[in-house]
Amino acid sequence: MSEKKFETRETAWCPGCGNFNILDSLKTALEELGKDPYEVLMVAGIGQAAKLPQYISANQFCGLHGRALPAAVAAKIANDRLTVIVNSGDGDTYGEGGNHFLHNIRRNVNITHFVHDNQIYGLTKGQASPTSVKGIVTEVQVNGNTTTPLNPMMLAIAAGAGFVGRAFSGRKEHLTAIMKQAIEFDGYAMVDILQPCVSFNKINTFAYYNQRVYELDETYDPSNKLAAMEKAMEFDEKIPIGVLYREDRPTFHKNNVVLQSGIPLLERTYDPAVVNRLIHEFA
Amino acid sequence: MYNILIGGAAGQGIETTAAILQKFFTNSGYHVFAVRDFMSRVRGGHNFTLLRISKDNVYSHSLKLDGIVAFNEETVQLHLPELKPDGFLLCDSTYTVEDNRKIAINMVALSKELGNPRFAGMIAMGALLKLFGEDLSHADKVLRQFIKEQFVESNMLALNRGQELVESRIVPFGSKDKDKIILSGNQALALGAIAAGLRFYSAYPMSPSTTILEYLASKGDAAGIVVEQAEDEIAAINMAIGASFAGAPAMTGTSGGGFCLKVEALGLSGMAEIPLVVVDVQRPGPVTGLPTRTEQSDLKFVISASQGEFPRMVIALRNHTDAFYQTARALDIAERYQIPVIILSDQYLGDSTASVEPYDLSKIKVMRPLDVEDVAEGEYLRFRYTENGISPRLIPGKTKNFVTADSDEHDEFGRITEDAEVRTRMMDKRMSKLESLKLELQEPEYVGAEDCDTLIVGWGSTYGPIIEAVSLLNQEGSEKFGALLFGDIYPLPQRLLKEKASIAKRIVNVEQNATGQLADLIREQTGIRCWESILKYDGRQISGEEIADRIRREVV
Repeated sequence: MSEKKFETRETAWCPGCGNFNILDSLKTALEELGKDPYEVLMVAGIGQAAKLPQYISANQFCGLHGRALPAAVAAKIANDRLTVIVNSGDGDTYGEGGNHFLHNIRRNVNITHFVHDNQIYGLTKGQASPTSVKGIVTEVQVNGNTTTPLNPMMLAIAAGAGFVGRAFSGRKEHLTAIMKQAIEFDGYAMVDILQPCVSFNKINTFAYYNQRVYELDETYDPSNKLAAMEKAMEFDEKIPIGVLYREDRPTFHKNNVVLQSGIPLLERTYDPAVVNRLIHEFA
Repeated sequence: MYNILIGGAAGQGIETTAAILQKFFTNSGYHVFAVRDFMSRVRGGHNFTLLRISKDNVYSHSLKLDGIVAFNEETVQLHLPELKPDGFLLCDSTYTVEDNRKIAINMVALSKELGNPRFAGMIAMGALLKLFGEDLSHADKVLRQFIKEQFVESNMLALNRGQELVESRIVPFGSKDKDKIILSGNQALALGAIAAGLRFYSAYPMSPSTTILEYLASKGDAAGIVVEQAEDEIAAINMAIGASFAGAPAMTGTSGGGFCLKVEALGLSGMAEIPLVVVDVQRPGPVTGLPTRTEQSDLKFVISASQGEFPRMVIALRNHTDAFYQTARALDIAERYQIPVIILSDQYLGDSTASVEPYDLSKIKVMRPLDVEDVAEGEYLRFRYTENGISPRLIPGKTKNFVTADSDEHDEFGRITEDAEVRTRMMDKRMSKLESLKLELQEPEYVGAEDCDTLIVGWGSTYGPIIEAVSLLNQEGSEKFGALLFGDIYPLPQRLLKEKASIAKRIVNVEQNATGQLADLIREQTGIRCWESILKYDGRQISGEEIADRIRREVV
C-alpha cells in the first residue's frame, strides 16, 4: 500500500451532481489498490467529467475535447509504469471522440476509461448527447430529440473490448468495486457510469436510475459474449450494472515487439551503433 | 553531368531499374540525383524517373536529356523532343521511331530467350552501364540489395547480355569517393529522427509522407521506436503529444490535408508546452489537389495554424543533407524550448533520391526528456515564470512531484485559472521563448556573386534548382546574381537578408506556389519587397534551367 493518500479539492460542479460520488469512489478505489499518486496519470478531454483531474492529487493531462484516449494510450505506451485513467463524458467519448473510442478498444492499451454518462451535455448547458433519450426537449432539440441514442455497451462489446462495465453514481460501494476491477484489468477497460445531471436532464434523474438499476450477481457469466449483448440491450425498465463482459486479450504492450522487452519506452538507451548501421544500409 | 530519363508504363519495374542504377553509379563514385514522376495509380499510365549523374553535388533535375531509356513507345513520343542533339535513345529494336540518336537493342526478344520478359530492364541496364564505361565488378553486391538470392545469377546473366549489345561512348568521370550513401528525402528525414533519439511516431498514411511511416515502421524494432498507424490524423498528433508528455520524444507526419486535421492539437503542444515535431510533406492543394505532385504552398498556413497565439518554429528542408540534420535539430529544439516544431518538406524532396556523405552522428546534439534534474517533493512548479520563458519539464512518474498539462489557461503549478494577471504573465512567458529561439536561428545559405545585382530568395526544395540557375546566369553577362536559400523560415532569420537586400538592385522570389508566400512573409517581417516573382504551381518542380530562362525573360 502506498503511504501517500489522494487528496481531493473543491470542485465547480453543481450541488447534487453525480460527479461527486464518482470522484469519491475513484479516490477510494485508488487508495484501496495502494496506488502511489505520483504514478497515477489522470487524462481528460473537455466537459464536466473532464474536470475531474483538477480535483484529485495525481499527474494530470487535460487535453482536447474528444481526444483524451489517443493521448492516454500513448502516455501508457511511453511509460507502462504509470496507471493511466481517463475520465470523460458521454459527449466527449461517444460524440467528439467516437472514432478514438472505437479504435482504442481495438488497440487494447492497458488503460482504464470511466465514462460519466448523464445522457446530456452539461458544460455547454443542456443539448442532446449521443446517449440522450428520444424525445428529450432542449434548447437545440426544440421539437424533441429525434436521433436514436447510442448503446455504448453494445458498441464496446461488438468492437472487441475486453472489459465492459456499467455502474451508477448513486451506488458508491458497487461503483468503487467495479472501478477497482477495471483498474486492475490488463487491457483497455471501460465503465459507463450512469449519473444524474441535476441542472439539465430532467428525465434521467437520480430516482430514474435508482429505480431501474440492479446489480449483476455471481450467477451472471461475463465471459459469454452473446449473453453480454443481451444484457447490454437491457436499458429500459431494468438496467443491469456490473461487469457485463470480460475477456482476456493480448494487450498492445504484449503484441508490440519494442515493448515486449519490458523496458519502459522512455528509458530505452540510445545506441549510436544501431543508428550508424541504419545509415550505412544506404551505402 | 548527364541527365537520363528512364520511362515506361507502371508495373514495368521502372522504379526498381532506376533504383539499381542509382546505387550502381553512387558506388562508382558519382553524385546521383533522381526524381520519379508518376501518376496517382498503381498500374498503367506513363511513368518516368529522371536520373542525374555528376562529379559534383547535385540536388535538382534537368529535362535537357543526354539519354533516354524507353520501355514503351510512349516514352519515345513524349520525351524525344527533350533529347539533346548529341544524346542517345536506348530502346527496343522493334520500335519504329527513326532517329539517328537511336541505339536499338533487342531487349524484349532477348529477355524472352532468357526466360522472363522482366529481364528486359536488366538487359537495358547492362547496356546503359556499358555506354558509361562501367563494368560489372560491383554488380553482384548491388543486385543483392534489391533482388532475392535465387534470382541474382539469372539477373547477372541478363546484365551481361546487355553489356554485349553496345560499345562504350562516355569516359568515366566519377570521383574516388565511393563511400556515399543514397536515399530519399523522406528516408533521410526519418533517419534524422532516429538519430535524435525518437521513441514514438504516429501517423495516418497520406502521400507523399507515407514513406516516412513505412521506413520508421521497418526500423522501429531495431531502433527501439514504437511506430503506430493511428485511426486518423487527429489521433496521430494527440498520441504524439501524449507520448511526449510522458517522456518519449515524439513526432507525427503527414501532408497538408492531414495537417489541417492536426491543427487544434498543434495549439495544445504550444499551450501545454509539450515538445512535438510535426512533419508536413507538402503536395499541391487545396484539399486533394494533386496527390503525387509537388508544391510549396503550406508556408503561411503552418506559420499561423491553430487559434490563439503560441510560440512555434518552422524549418524548411532544402536537400537530403538538411533532411537528416535539421530533423534531428527539430527534435532537439522542440525538447529544449517545449514547443511544436514544424518541418516543411515537399513531394519533390521527399520522393527524390540523392547521394550524400554518410551522416555524422557527432554533429548531432539532443537533449533528452530524462536529462532534467528533479525538484524536492512539493516544490515543483511545472510552468514556473523564468527569464527565458522555459520552465523545468519533469516527466510524470519519474519524480516525487505532480506533472500537469492543460489546454486551459493555467497558473505556474498547472491549475486552471481565469485570473487576468496570470493570463498575461503566462502568455508573456510562453511567447518569450521565441526571443530566445531567435538567437539560435540559422541564417539562410548564400550562393553566387558576393555583391549581386539581382538577389534571388527561395526556401525549401528549390535549393538545388536555384543554385543551378545562379550558376547558369552568372556565366552569361555582366549582371551578377546571388541567392538566399532559407531553411529556418519561422521565426524568419533577418540579418543576412537585410545585408544582401541593401546591396542588390532587385530582389526576385522563386517559389513553388501561386501567391509568393515567402515574399509576403519577408515583407511582413522586414518591410523588404521582392520586385519580381518567379512562381510555379503546376505540380512539377521548377528546374534550374527553367528559373534561369524565366529570369532572363521576365526580370532582367
